[in-house]
Amino acid sequence: MGLFSRNNLKLLSGPLNKQNPITVQVLGICSALAVTVKLKPAFVMGVSVIIVTAFSNLIISFLRKSIPTSIRIIVQLVVVATLVILVDQVLKAFVYDVSKQLSVFVGLIITNCIIMGRLEAFALGNKPWQSFLDGIGNGAGYAMILIIVSFFRELFGSGTLWGYKVIPQAFYDAGYSNNGMMIMPPMALILVGIIIWVQRSKNLDLIEK
Amino acid sequence: MKNFSNRYIFLFSTVMVVIVALFLAFASTSLKPYQERNIEIEKQQNILAALNIRVLRQEAEALYSRYITDSYVVNSKGEKIEGIDAFKVNMKKEMAKPRMERMLPVYIATLDNNSHSVVVPLRGKGLWGPIWGYISFEEDMNTIVGSMFDHQGETPGLGAEISLPFFQEQFIGKKIFDDNRNFVSIKVIKGGASPGNLYEVDAISGGTITSRGLEAMIDTCLVAYTAYFKANSIQNK
Repeated sequence: MGLFSRNNLKLLSGPLNKQNPITVQVLGICSALAVTVKLKPAFVMGVSVIIVTAFSNLIISFLRKSIPTSIRIIVQLVVVATLVILVDQVLKAFVYDVSKQLSVFVGLIITNCIIMGRLEAFALGNKPWQSFLDGIGNGAGYAMILIIVSFFRELFGSGTLWGYKVIPQAFYDAGYSNNGMMIMPPMALILVGIIIWVQRSKNLDLIEK
Repeated sequence: MKNFSNRYIFLFSTVMVVIVALFLAFASTSLKPYQERNIEIEKQQNILAALNIRVLRQEAEALYSRYITDSYVVNSKGEKIEGIDAFKVNMKKEMAKPRMERMLPVYIATLDNNSHSVVVPLRGKGLWGPIWGYISFEEDMNTIVGSMFDHQGETPGLGAEISLPFFQEQFIGKKIFDDNRNFVSIKVIKGGASPGNLYEVDAISGGTITSRGLEAMIDTCLVAYTAYFKANSIQNK
């Protein structure tokens, strides 16, 4: 079995589609609503979650045979919290303005259900490399939805993308105005709902009987 | 399922915690200089913003040293306290002290048209957490040149609006002393300030508690400077 065998690649691509943590498993919704007003913080948040899921999966999988079962949740929390604090510190040191926008949500990655879910469901029972891929896949599935949602929210809510103006001034002069609803959290929920709708109508096997 | 002895569990958790602690301590100390520099730059940015000079992070340091020509600390009687760097004064600690004992930082700016401005820091409480800012005055130590407010976690769309220019620009040209040189501060009026009133600005609708906190912040912070303002005011009329 090669490092990138078909089964291993499935671990990466599954969460991007039929196993998506946000749209199929509906996990990690709260931060998805909070940090998707602008593309840049959503991207940084996505990358942070990928790093945390990948490395916590890796570490827990390495330790899976030596972690005492009775305290495994505590061990998982310690590993996740350590990684999150590290990510937070690095963001504060190198992308200060983004870290200010993300504020508490970086710290709240600790409680992101996706991470604990993957540790319990996958890393405890699989080899490190597979777990690492599974972590990247699930993190990327989360990041993907964040980026799609924030793309639309920033475009229609602020008329910018990545902070650059994309809707020409002429539109505003002609009476166009930014949609204030887009910058409110409920709109993220509606957008996620639309994504789920589109995804389900394309993959009929996702629909519950 | 494998059974682990209690001894093993204790040993495992102890070793884990020690490793994690060492690791995080190392990370925190090695990243600290970068983080502190970011906070310093942000402070410079904020002080400049109170003078209506809104700059990007990259330019903040250069422009700060160009415009802020002097800074010092005064006491409540308006006398200079020597040997303390105004930039390093921790406003949170100062605000916890009784008013007469606070150290009051003052930043003097020399603007492009060679006029001088004085910038003072503010700190108070909003609805959910601390709010802070800077406010700058003309040489008469009365007329407001500009202001800058920020907050930790006020409600987005409501109280958080205090950090937006539309709110802050209302303060430009307002006054804090009445004609008889009595300190009156600035009132933040719910439902809208009366037009032309030099001592009032509009509150934020839906952000009443934040607006009130801001009003109290301006009042309590500035009243401490009254002696300094009166002694150093240059009347140009």
